[in-house]
Amino acid sequence: MQTGHDSHADKQPVNTIARTLLYVPAIIAFVYLGAIFSVQIEYPVLSWVIFLPIIGGFLIFLIPRKHEMLARATSLGLTLVAFILSLPLYINFDKTTAKMQFTEVHNWIPAWGIKYSLGVDGISILFVLLSTLLSILCVTVSWTAITEKVKEFYGSILLIEGSMIGVFCSLDFFLFYIFWEAMLIPMYILIGVWGGPNRVYAAIKFFLFTLVGSLLMLVGIIVSYYYTNKSFDVLQMMNTTYPYTIQLILFWAFFAAFAVKVPMFPVHTWLPDAHTEAPTAGSVILAGILIKMGAYGFLRFSIPLFPEAAKAMAPIMIVLSVIAIIYGAVICLAQTDLKRLIAYSSVSHMGFVTLGIFALNMQGIQGGILQMINHGIVTGALFLSVGIIYERTHTREIAHYGGAATAMPVYAAFFMIFTLASIGLPGTNGFIGEFLILLGGFMAWKLMGVLACTGIIIGAGYMLWLYQKVFFLETNPYAHYHEDVNEREFLTLLPLVVLVLWIGFYPNALLSFMEVSVQGLIDRVNVSAQQQITQNIIEVIK
Amino acid sequence: MTMEKYVLIPLLPLIGFCINIWFGRFYQEKAHWISILAVLGSFILSVITFIEVLQGKVINYDLYSWVISGNFKVSIGFLIDQLTAIMLIVVTSVSLLVHIYSVGYMHGDSGYYRFFSYLNLFTFSMLMLVTGNNLMQLYFGWEAVGLCSYFLIGYYFRKQSAADAGKKAFIVNRFGDFGFGIGVFMVFIYLETLHYTDIFANIHTLQGQTINILGFEIGLVTLIALLLFCGAIGKSAQLPLHVWLADAMEGPTPVSALIHAATMVTAGVFLVARFNPLFSMSETAMMVVALTGAITSLFAATIALVQNDIKRIIAYSTVSQLGYMFLACGVGAYGAGIFHLFTHAYFKALLFLGAGSVMHAMAGQLDIQKMGGLRKYMPITFWTFMIASVSIAGIPGLAGFFSKDEILWLAYNAGTVGRIVWVIGTIVAGLTAFYSFRIVFLTFFGKFKGTHEEEHHLHESPSSMTVPLMILAVGAISAGWVGIPPLLGGTNMIGHFLEPVLGHPHVHGTHAEEWMVIAISVVVALGGIFTAAVMYLWAPGIPQLLGRTFRSIYTVLWNKYYVDELYDYTIVRPTKWIGSRILVGVTDGKIIEGIVNGVPKLIAEFGERFRKLQTGFLQHYAMGMAFGLFVILSLVLIFVKQ
Repeated sequence: MQTGHDSHADKQPVNTIARTLLYVPAIIAFVYLGAIFSVQIEYPVLSWVIFLPIIGGFLIFLIPRKHEMLARATSLGLTLVAFILSLPLYINFDKTTAKMQFTEVHNWIPAWGIKYSLGVDGISILFVLLSTLLSILCVTVSWTAITEKVKEFYGSILLIEGSMIGVFCSLDFFLFYIFWEAMLIPMYILIGVWGGPNRVYAAIKFFLFTLVGSLLMLVGIIVSYYYTNKSFDVLQMMNTTYPYTIQLILFWAFFAAFAVKVPMFPVHTWLPDAHTEAPTAGSVILAGILIKMGAYGFLRFSIPLFPEAAKAMAPIMIVLSVIAIIYGAVICLAQTDLKRLIAYSSVSHMGFVTLGIFALNMQGIQGGILQMINHGIVTGALFLSVGIIYERTHTREIAHYGGAATAMPVYAAFFMIFTLASIGLPGTNGFIGEFLILLGGFMAWKLMGVLACTGIIIGAGYMLWLYQKVFFLETNPYAHYHEDVNEREFLTLLPLVVLVLWIGFYPNALLSFMEVSVQGLIDRVNVSAQQQITQNIIEVIK
Repeated sequence: MTMEKYVLIPLLPLIGFCINIWFGRFYQEKAHWISILAVLGSFILSVITFIEVLQGKVINYDLYSWVISGNFKVSIGFLIDQLTAIMLIVVTSVSLLVHIYSVGYMHGDSGYYRFFSYLNLFTFSMLMLVTGNNLMQLYFGWEAVGLCSYFLIGYYFRKQSAADAGKKAFIVNRFGDFGFGIGVFMVFIYLETLHYTDIFANIHTLQGQTINILGFEIGLVTLIALLLFCGAIGKSAQLPLHVWLADAMEGPTPVSALIHAATMVTAGVFLVARFNPLFSMSETAMMVVALTGAITSLFAATIALVQNDIKRIIAYSTVSQLGYMFLACGVGAYGAGIFHLFTHAYFKALLFLGAGSVMHAMAGQLDIQKMGGLRKYMPITFWTFMIASVSIAGIPGLAGFFSKDEILWLAYNAGTVGRIVWVIGTIVAGLTAFYSFRIVFLTFFGKFKGTHEEEHHLHESPSSMTVPLMILAVGAISAGWVGIPPLLGGTNMIGHFLEPVLGHPHVHGTHAEEWMVIAISVVVALGGIFTAAVMYLWAPGIPQLLGRTFRSIYTVLWNKYYVDELYDYTIVRPTKWIGSRILVGVTDGKIIEGIVNGVPKLIAEFGERFRKLQTGFLQHYAMGMAFGLFVILSLVLIFVKQ
């Protein structure tokens, strides 16, 4: 009996691997040809990447309800095309300048100084690429999991994709705010309609938290609008020097919006609920990209717009980050729910990100940005993996699992790689990010750096504990694993494994993108800090 | 990016791993061919490289830039000097023999290909560790070998104890790496590089600098050295992080031989030896290293005296011998430490593989009290195990004697601390001889004490297992001949070979003193063997009598000084308790959630009262909106005017 079971489990993945390996060259060829094609033709890249999913999302709503497969296929096609269209960003990006690239500027509402202005630099470009990639995987992972209101589901995902990318590309505050808020609605629907048993509570909580933060930011935006000669142009704002008091007030106003999104301690409690109750694709988008928007906001707005305030408030940010690292990690040790554990681990990992950012040095910020990408890949992958096994077992209780490595060896191998990346093992992307952050953090604030390192010990503790409970030991008789990953699931996880190892062994591929932009950011902080000192001296002399 | 043949030394096992882990399922029982060929290739290249180094060549080159962030630049690169060359030989030769041995030992296991892939991955990681030319690559190898150790300890993952042991090894090591990582940061902050050659070129600038920690002025050199040593403590299972190694014996025996005896656990010694210019600059750090080593070696040896699990005794023996190596490094005798690492690799791997052969015959039985008389049934295993035991006991002529003697002699010459650790080292030598022969006598001599069925099953192991045993036996005899001291007619070749990297301490003692040190250690070793013979061959009642008379001491030793329990109650449980009771229960559950849920409740209450305002008349709403807008705009304008 036992051997018969084993041989079945052994034989099945062999076929999966063999079959999927046939797809891989086709996919590589598709992406390669797509890249060649998209580089050849000229088009406004960012507008296309933003509005193709958004318009496509609305079009999917028009598909008759009975054609579920058509809705799936259309959204897969749209996300794939959006990804291909975003490739020129990677290929044509000029790494030697800190200026905005791929810019598109049109007057929109001239009376109020509102422009339709898009552009990316070394800080934002990687998020655009990550968004287009993860969206494809969100579509494929939901292929069989979502059986009700299919077209609405995929429509929402596409709407979210477009508006997320809009957030990362907007160079006009008004436009930014529209995308920032627009994304909330489909996300709210995604959690509230296709979520778990407690979805309504989670959705409302998510909505209220982010909305309150956003409103304070709105006030901040309006105030800065008046200070910049009534313009919403972000670049113009960056050249404005605000009085120190105003900087402080605005910094905290923006902080409200960004800290909730990150989420920083103590406004993190929406995250475990939202992540846990959201459907798999929702969790992936939340963890993979949505929460990056907070940290991105710090980099794009808070620090360059209010450099003196950022520098002055850095100690508070660092302390909050370190609390989040340790707090998030320790709380993971007490979790019994698979998704909830990974959700709380995000609190800890995002603590690393904000620690790196507010170290305000090269290693810290580069590490922070890289770690955001890493976290998107790894935590996205972990949520995808949980979704895959949840589809089989229909339980999230860790205690209901056990012995999954015997029943699903290929799946177990995938999960192991993501676990290792999550705990920052060298050779995976997580290591490079955490190493740079801790190095930067340690250089700036020695004691805080040391405390943050403890998060790594605890991180290994809870992730290995989780892995043991789910995959090791005798197979739990109550867990119905059915079969190992199929081709679709295999191909969903494979690109993320490639990314984990690629960034782990060759992080310069990404670090080189951000180097110049980050240097510009640091220069801005240091220069204006010096100006501030000079001003203070002048005032004293007076 | 230039490719040279040295790259292939670590790369071949990595290729073997990639092939086997992907395609191993297709050819299950033939997976070992790829693995063995890969390691054989590495071994041959290592020998060629060794010969090049012997001729005076030192290789240092970068393969590609790994991480560049501002002024932080680190490459994947290779430094092959005398120290690395010795490590290459140790790692690839033992790895090759263990691979071959595993063909017989793991025969019929359902995860056969998986086992060989992990062994290959381990070999790759270990080679990356020893060949790296910078601290970050060392750290890469350091963590990667830890990962392989985790995989292989937990190889039988269906077993609770194996899964637990793997996890424990990983997490305990993370504690050591915590210090190690901070040490790496410190090196970078003060020297702005992580490459060995640059570090050692600029290391003198650290001399005399101090750093203030919580009001104490601590020498920078001492601090960095001790932080790096934290990593070594974890990886080489020294006090107080030794707790994982005994549990690591849950892994298959070839793993214990390769990872937990010959190679990975010696990485800590390698680290200290590699950073000898740094350690030598700080007397405090040296003293800490020497005393940690000495105390650990005594501590582990005493535990080994009373244990009954054959693999655990050898594991504690390993901890003890690693302590010996640190003791050597701590008195400045880095060369002697590496020499002992070299000889230890062979006799300890032999002991483990011999134990594996015994287990193979005994159907997995580990309790030496249930064995006996095996010498009749498995002569090759018996004789090779005997050779290893004689070697570790330090009987003149065999490998263990020369390296141990070198350490003791140099310790004797190294001032007060040296004298203290010499005394401890000599005591440990006696204990080592005793427990090693306790295993030999209980296992191979006397009458068989197991069941009849087990006796029927006894047999010598297949040749794929016995041949590696015999080859290792040659090593256990002759590995020491490369370091015969001048006093005994040799030239201490290995010492001179390593001198460019590790230096050589000055010796003031006379020939008479050197003879005395040798004589004492030999007498002590013979005394240990004799005592073991008395207690376990000629008067078998004595152990029980002693156990009863010194009940409390026996219990403490049997329970390994209760260190595991101590950690459980002071670290593991409190952390979990804080997590579940305080954070989930109070802060997240009550305080933060209370506030969050309280606000909407408040709003809802207000809502009830203000419901009257909802008149349904459009103009009322418009009024309200206009008023609100007015308030906001005036606030904004007031703000802006300031």
